[in-house]
Amino acid sequence: MIERTVAEISTALASGDISSVELTQAYLHRIEQYNTDLNAFITVCEESALEQAKAADKSRSDGDCKPLLGVPLAHKDIFCTKGVTTTCGSRMLQNFVPPYDATVVEKFNAAGVVTLGKTNMDEFAMGSSNETSFFGVVKNPWDTARVPGGSSGGSAAAVAADLCAMATGTDTGGSIRQPAAFCGVTGFKPSYGRVSRWGMVAFASSLDQAGSICKSAEDAAMMLNAMAGLDEKDSTSIDKATVDYTATLNDSLEGLKIGIPIQHFAEGLSAEVEQNILDALKVYESLGATIKEIDLPNNHLSVSAYYVIAPAEASANLSRYDGVRYGYRCAEPVDLEDMYKRSRSEGFGEEVKRRIMVGTYALSAGFYDAYYRKAQKIRRLIRNDFLAAFKEVDIILGPTSPHTAFELGAKSDPVAMYLEDIYTIAVNLAGLPGISIPAGTVNGLPVGLQLVGEDFAEAKVFNAAHQFQKNTDWHRNKPDLTGMES
Amino acid sequence: MQWETVIGLEVHVQLSTQSKLFSGSSIQFGAEPNTQANIFDLALPGTLPVLNEEALKMAVRFGLAIGAEIGMRSVFDRKNYFYPDLPKGYQVSQLDFPTVGKGSLSIELEDGTEKTIGVTRAHMEEDAGKSLHEDFQGASGIDLNRAGTPLLEIVSEPDLRSAEEAVAYLKKLHSIIRYLDISDGNMAQGSMRCDANVSIRPAGESELGTRTETKNINSFKFVEKAINHEVQRQQEVLEDGGRIVQETRLYDSDRDETRSMRSKEVANDYRYFPEPDLLPVVIDESFVNAIRETLPELPDAKRVRFVEEYKLSDYDAGVLVTSRELAEYYEAVVARCGDAKLSANWVSVELQGLLNKNDWEISASPIQAERLGDLIARIIDNTISGKIAKTVFEAMLEDASSVDSIIESKGLKQVTDSGAIEKLVDEVIANNPEQVEQYRAGKEKVFGFFVGQAMKASKGKANPAQLNDLLKEKLK
Repeated sequence: MIERTVAEISTALASGDISSVELTQAYLHRIEQYNTDLNAFITVCEESALEQAKAADKSRSDGDCKPLLGVPLAHKDIFCTKGVTTTCGSRMLQNFVPPYDATVVEKFNAAGVVTLGKTNMDEFAMGSSNETSFFGVVKNPWDTARVPGGSSGGSAAAVAADLCAMATGTDTGGSIRQPAAFCGVTGFKPSYGRVSRWGMVAFASSLDQAGSICKSAEDAAMMLNAMAGLDEKDSTSIDKATVDYTATLNDSLEGLKIGIPIQHFAEGLSAEVEQNILDALKVYESLGATIKEIDLPNNHLSVSAYYVIAPAEASANLSRYDGVRYGYRCAEPVDLEDMYKRSRSEGFGEEVKRRIMVGTYALSAGFYDAYYRKAQKIRRLIRNDFLAAFKEVDIILGPTSPHTAFELGAKSDPVAMYLEDIYTIAVNLAGLPGISIPAGTVNGLPVGLQLVGEDFAEAKVFNAAHQFQKNTDWHRNKPDLTGMES
Repeated sequence: MQWETVIGLEVHVQLSTQSKLFSGSSIQFGAEPNTQANIFDLALPGTLPVLNEEALKMAVRFGLAIGAEIGMRSVFDRKNYFYPDLPKGYQVSQLDFPTVGKGSLSIELEDGTEKTIGVTRAHMEEDAGKSLHEDFQGASGIDLNRAGTPLLEIVSEPDLRSAEEAVAYLKKLHSIIRYLDISDGNMAQGSMRCDANVSIRPAGESELGTRTETKNINSFKFVEKAINHEVQRQQEVLEDGGRIVQETRLYDSDRDETRSMRSKEVANDYRYFPEPDLLPVVIDESFVNAIRETLPELPDAKRVRFVEEYKLSDYDAGVLVTSRELAEYYEAVVARCGDAKLSANWVSVELQGLLNKNDWEISASPIQAERLGDLIARIIDNTISGKIAKTVFEAMLEDASSVDSIIESKGLKQVTDSGAIEKLVDEVIANNPEQVEQYRAGKEKVFGFFVGQAMKASKGKANPAQLNDLLKEKLK
């Protein structure tokens, strides 16, 4: 049962084939077996999970039939959970216990889910390999010598290894889609503003968006049904009616116009990955879709623009970690300046400090125009490229990542690491919804296919992804965990 | 050398909203430390700002009152610096697109002429908390009750030419914000704070001199003192061949001096950038018009009306309109008694004197406008004289009963019975033959003596006009 999709589990729970308690016990057992090796969870909430499962079973017997009732989930450790440590992968917040729930957490609780625990992640969501976590690297279940991707690497690995039925993630430049691709699972980032950011520890406010990592597009649609909606507490959340995202999953793709960005099939893309994507296109053609090349002429500027805007916002967002009110404080500071300097030097890891420095520099007097202002202009150009493309096509398709999961420690050069997100970053800059779904393997490692929709066209993205999954089995592929038990 | 002083003021006004600029915490003054700080005010991870619409309306209200351009699209920015009482590590303010743009207000100079002072802009921002250095052995305490309180920072053009003008401008600003009911303007509690940019230049020179910014001025009196001190200091430096350093200075009211705050703080690069947690604030004409409709009559307009409607002198009208409450009080008195001029005298002299002596606000006046109107009405209808009225006024402080019953119970009613007055006059003339002789010999000054004696005998109650007439007749 644990390997099944949320949709299937939901049906099994509804029919009484299994109880939430049994399911929860099974996942907890599996976490116990495999988490030592994979390191996907930072915190496991065994006791409260079982209590929630019991409560879910009870409400079901009282007639409650919410689709996610009793389904076990894991939250990325970036979401504040009342009474449960929320570290954001950092020493800075190692002992931080929030007194409140993030809106996403609140909404899943209201949907009746069981929270198994909090998943590992790159520190403050800064990374593409999950190697920057203070709590150690997460390993890719498909090959433990390899990274799971990042920053939502813990969530992706946990879903891939069936340590949970579904998980939340956040995506600032590809942090849901890239790990989903590396771990052979489905990862969805909604349009900016679709899901509330309240209670989500901020990295880059204008780019951060909460989403889902799960086993199918249908599951992602079910999760978005629970997560989406205007939140008065987040001024950037959008007052736009949500729909039942599962309602149009089975619409025909006949006549769907798919755009292929020429820039996503250029130098740097591994030939084997490219072949998998081209094979996927054939599937779409067989479903009645038409394929058209499109031009995203400013795509090559996206990584540079992103690595100005995101660090700039991060440099301010992370200023609150000063050792004064909560979080890490250095031992025996001699004065205020010493406390600031040492608390932040000791509390933050290398990558976080690098980005704070970069962001601070980009905003400094005399450099603002050359960096931050210019990056914002490029951001507008990139968005305009997408808007122009969507006048011609309904959906944009390409690889999620130029290659499959790389080996731990393989990318020691930060810039090489930043280029990991070459296909995903522009989508954040433009604020669009995007999904990564499994579309083949190369040398036994999963390949991710990315679909990008127009503003708030989440339902269309799910529809296109679901139809692919109905006609292929890549999302059913499972890593072999033999020998990993502890 | 003749020097000209150039002053621009930056005034922080605390808006009197119910809650903070971006959170639902109360902003009441004087609460126990940190009892008015919620998870957002503490800058817990994941918390986000939501703009207080009331504060926005108040800013627009101020903008309309000074005829300013209203920012139909205003943008909040982050101003970055580290300080323990700044929980987020940045202050949310407005840099390039403030809610209130260029406007102006007029002040009255000593010679009675009007002068227009430009307001460059007024932007919204959040206040910081407070660091408490006393009561903590070897440590500092942080109180975040004030953190996030909405402020309107009003920046003037360098149009002010003396400390007196600066004070007049500040008083005008104070009066306007009170009229608009957007702040209590209480300088002692910090709800109105002033920083002064001061420079001097040789008279006739058009280039501005190097300026200093003096902070921490928290009363009208100190504004004048601090500026005068700073002008004096700059003159001495320049006349000694030195040069002025552009810097921030702190006014020390205990020692009446400004001193340099030459710390690293001054060299801060605040790295402003648009606050990504808030969308630009876009308002439309109907939003602005709805606020325009609620604007009260402002002091300048009220003054003109008082001169026209009540035939007051410009000066008297000016005194009465300094505060909205005083003006409303005055109008209520007039409505009750019908005599505008007499009412103006009573309100601005007797009542104001009483309030000043006891340091009372007009709203806390023990004598209501209606009662004062009743008192004046009794002067008008000759029930009492103006002088006796002052005695009644005193009595009214202790006695809450009606003006008439006080006059009655104290027997202060004016004597208008001509028989009674005649009797008094006859007695005075009979008792002072020597003075009568002097008067009749042409020494008219003695007349006052008779009036005084007769008045005294009547215990002040004799109708003065009647008394005068009778005395004149009998002394012929």
